[in-house]
Amino acid sequence: MRVVVIPLMAISAVFAVVAGFAALQQELSLTATLPLGLPWLPWQIRLDSTSGFFLMLIGLVTLLITFYAPAYVREFESGQDSLPALGGFTGIFLAGMQMVVLADGAFAFMVSWEVMSLSSYFLVTFQHEKPENRRAGFIYLLMAHVGGLSILLGFGVMAAFGHGFAFDAMRAATLPTTWASIAFALALFGFGMKAGLLPIHAWLPEAHPVAPSHISALMSGVMLKVAVYGLLRFTWDLLGNPLWQWGVVLLLVGAASALAGVLFAMMQQDIKRLLAYSSVENIGIIFMALGLSALFSGTGHPVLATIGFVAALYHALNHAMFKSLMFLGAGAVLHASHERNLDQMGGLLRRMPWTGLFVLLGCISISALPPFNGFVSEWLTFQTALQAWTMDSGILRILLPVTAAVLALTGAIAAATFVKLYGIAFLGRARSRHARRAREVPFGMRFSLGSFSLMCLLLGIFPTQVISLLGGITNQLMGQRLAQATAHGWLWLTPVSAETASYSAPLVFAGALGIWWIAQGLLRRGRVRKIRRGDPWDCGFGMPDARMQYTAVAFAQPMRRVFSTLFDVKESIEQDKAEIPRYTLTIHDPLWYRFYLPIGRLVDASARRIVRLQSGNVRIYLGWSLATLVILLWLIS
Amino acid sequence: MADLLNLKEWVAVLGQLLMFALAAPMLVAWVKRVKCVLQNRKGPSLLQPYRDLSKLLKKEVRVAHTASPLFRATPYLVFSAVLVAASTVPLLQVHLPTTALADVIVLVGFLALARFFLALAGMDVGTAFGGMGASREMLISALAEPAMLMAIFTLTMSAHSTNLSSVIQHVLDTGLLLRPSLLFALLALLLVAIAETGRIPVDNPATHLELTMVHEAMILEYSGRHLALMEWAAQIKLLLYGVLISNVFFPWGIAETATAPALAIGALAILAKLVTLGMVLAVSETLVAKMRLFRVPAFLNLAFLLGLLGMLSYVILETSL
Amino acid sequence: MNLAQLGLVEQSIFVFAALALLLSFLLLFQGRLTAMVHVFAWQGFLLALLTATVASVEHSHHLFLSAALTLMLKGLMIPWMLHRLIRKLHLERHQERLQHQALVMMAGAGLVIFSYWVVLPIARLELANTRNIVALSLAIVQLGMLLMVARRQVVAQVIGFMSMENGLFLAAVAATYGMPLVVELGIAFDVLVAAILFGVFFFHIRDSIESLDVDQLTQLSEEER
Repeated sequence: MRVVVIPLMAISAVFAVVAGFAALQQELSLTATLPLGLPWLPWQIRLDSTSGFFLMLIGLVTLLITFYAPAYVREFESGQDSLPALGGFTGIFLAGMQMVVLADGAFAFMVSWEVMSLSSYFLVTFQHEKPENRRAGFIYLLMAHVGGLSILLGFGVMAAFGHGFAFDAMRAATLPTTWASIAFALALFGFGMKAGLLPIHAWLPEAHPVAPSHISALMSGVMLKVAVYGLLRFTWDLLGNPLWQWGVVLLLVGAASALAGVLFAMMQQDIKRLLAYSSVENIGIIFMALGLSALFSGTGHPVLATIGFVAALYHALNHAMFKSLMFLGAGAVLHASHERNLDQMGGLLRRMPWTGLFVLLGCISISALPPFNGFVSEWLTFQTALQAWTMDSGILRILLPVTAAVLALTGAIAAATFVKLYGIAFLGRARSRHARRAREVPFGMRFSLGSFSLMCLLLGIFPTQVISLLGGITNQLMGQRLAQATAHGWLWLTPVSAETASYSAPLVFAGALGIWWIAQGLLRRGRVRKIRRGDPWDCGFGMPDARMQYTAVAFAQPMRRVFSTLFDVKESIEQDKAEIPRYTLTIHDPLWYRFYLPIGRLVDASARRIVRLQSGNVRIYLGWSLATLVILLWLIS
Repeated sequence: MADLLNLKEWVAVLGQLLMFALAAPMLVAWVKRVKCVLQNRKGPSLLQPYRDLSKLLKKEVRVAHTASPLFRATPYLVFSAVLVAASTVPLLQVHLPTTALADVIVLVGFLALARFFLALAGMDVGTAFGGMGASREMLISALAEPAMLMAIFTLTMSAHSTNLSSVIQHVLDTGLLLRPSLLFALLALLLVAIAETGRIPVDNPATHLELTMVHEAMILEYSGRHLALMEWAAQIKLLLYGVLISNVFFPWGIAETATAPALAIGALAILAKLVTLGMVLAVSETLVAKMRLFRVPAFLNLAFLLGLLGMLSYVILETSL
Repeated sequence: MNLAQLGLVEQSIFVFAALALLLSFLLLFQGRLTAMVHVFAWQGFLLALLTATVASVEHSHHLFLSAALTLMLKGLMIPWMLHRLIRKLHLERHQERLQHQALVMMAGAGLVIFSYWVVLPIARLELANTRNIVALSLAIVQLGMLLMVARRQVVAQVIGFMSMENGLFLAAVAATYGMPLVVELGIAFDVLVAAILFGVFFFHIRDSIESLDVDQLTQLSEEER
């Protein structure tokens, strides 16, 4: 596995990065037809700026993960799970994702989409001896199929009007508004299910954590972006000219996902589940930016629409970087301590200094703090929302700032969530034997983590370069280049105009470092440089032990109480025979009871009715088939 | 953007940074002094915070042996993040090159960065108090941030800019207008400032009662120059909010050109505004008692409501239909 | 219409109206009954101030009269009666925590936006400079209604009812510079009588169900539970 698959992954990733970058920079549009399809359904592929960007994203994450994987999978060698299966399905999964972004026809798209979904199912159930992994895999497979069906129907609507399954034919078709909205709704449902939008996110926090960590990184960092790509391609490219009502839908769904995602992330104790819920949040932010873009383009503000679009793409890129970093960091912790529960960790920073440093940088990025990358894309989203005054409708002028306030709330809770993650896992003192025995991970893993965090910093400090690179995509899809954003040189980011707002990440970063340097230089001189070590003071309570520290559950308690209406919280304190109280806390996703279970019961009930058809007699089955055939023939004629 | 090469402008920025750093302890001392007078006590001298800081700077640093390197880096980081934020708030003159570098959203971002590390440092030593402070601080800030941005959005909606210089210039240009939206935004920002700077009724800067402290709980383990930097950063943050509120909502007197007389008037004006604001703060702290932690969400809900009403009244009352 | 084109006095009308809306929200969240009565009195006081300002801008004398009437009735008399009632019912220390505070707040904000949307066509008619306030007054009416839905305490509900009337009055002043004086007098005395009647009712309710919590009214249902 390590000898064959990983070098192959690396080679494919390098090609993807080079091809994607070239396509993005030179705004190529290369088409080809692979000899794979059916005679009347050719397998067309096309490499343009949009697919180039996503291809580059896939390649970049994959390439950096190849440094991580060899050391990480070594652990599985002694286990009972088959490594060839892991390697093989990883390869197929990557190929599927790359084919999805390259597809230039509904046929090729759907086949690659299903390849991607199925192979990732096998990756989710890689450790299938655990029942919860099998359950997660089942939910994932089920929802992936429902989503796939919806996308297929969406393409069906397009194909009916475009008279063909090639994307060119669909692009040329003009749909009546109603049918366009139906197609959009189907696509939003299908791609939203894959992307983990509320309320169809249930598979995501189940499936992402149980896969091996580098696969979790690929699924969260890359596969969700492929779903975003699907929606972009479908709505902006094939349908074209989004209506402002779609923008409102995207904006509201995005805001709900962002807020709910981050609140649930805050409540988690399992480090990988926490990260999975945070993916729901970030996808929500991407959809909010897309919604803003659609709103502005539907009301006749193409330049503002472009800013929102760039914000969405930028956040997609950023999320790929920091979420991969965080999942790989969680994997490193898992590798070193064999713990996923935050409450069993603690003090890891002193045992794993490099991992600790890189994860800290990831936490800063994901909490949208300057000068890292997460901040830039949220800043762009805020700037777009603040252009609400250009709207004619007073309702929209109110709606946009309110959703921006939701975004602010989301960002602040995300910061709290990652303070919790980092503070509980890496700071303080070890809460378990495993955490005490943790050792730094091998060089390859550290290298991978380090390069991801470097990417996060670079994307945060040099936003103008990234945005001018993204100009190709917006030019292709919206006919706008966002030239004014970078008009004042590489130092200045001015999305609307220099008077409205500007941000100079390099100078701000340099200034902060300068002040730090001066403060440190002035204060750490002479006699006072010496530092004495001693016991913690703790208000004079004497040496506290590790169990007296705040736990993840305790840290989230105020938040849990303030937002108690949104959760199903069950707390109980029981005393066992020795009268030692045990505190148990279970938090459920309320949507699970109010949305999924009723649907499940409905399906069950209707299945019980339909089961009557299954009498066991072959002749009756044949009769049904005959009747279907006759009806279909009648319909066609 | 051409200002970048203008040395004079950068001297102004440096001067402003120094003024922020040097004047910050004075504001805290002033508030304390007024409070003492109101409570029939004899207050400390206005120079007391300076004496405290210089004493702390001379002292040896003691660090718990459970602390990680992050614990020692945090004071410097918090201090520089707060100073970067302070450099973007016009103090004496409207036009500052740094407002183009970082707009008001970046300012909020840098304050959030400082808070992020403050909370992490609180959790680093592994005591119960540190975690408690961090958890509460993050809750308060999470609820304060949307309220703050709502107030800021109300401002920027009419100024059409998030650049603080442009916002202040806009308020100056429109002259005195009784705008309900600005009134609500001002009230919202005042409440947020109280919550964010840890004043009564949200937090009590003077307490060491274990169960009521928030900010103090996080910096409990610090000593020597580390503690000095943390305290200093908190003082600068209070001054920052004071200057932000007084210069944005009452910009009159601020220098529009960089001439000596204009700057002198600007200095006097901001001094008068801060003295008044400090008195308001002291009076309100004397009248109101510290809240329970779980009353704070209602307090910040009110702040958000005010911000929202500001936005609503901007749209309903102040724009043509 | 642009705010900057109006004089400072006219601008202050808008400020008063916006503050009246804020007071409606405060009524919604105020847990103590006595404090609620104070907020209600402030709202009446603001209305009187607003009416007086409009009267001075428009030089209309009968508006001065209705301003004085408002001040007397809503600023002083009804609050005083409510105070007395609360004392008699021994409810001075009664406190009620509003359930789902944030949700109620969101609902309130939603109602304000909704009123704005409803009023858009009316506001396009060039009635008066102050027509934008009609949206706020409608919102005050609906917030009073929301208060009556969200609160369980009978006295709180009555205050909600009274603040609804405040909203109607504001609408009349803002849209058409007041109603004919006869109508206004009639409404004012209606409110006063209502306040007295409510007082009598409270004692009856308390006698029959031994509580002033409206959720207890379900006891009166004949249905078997």
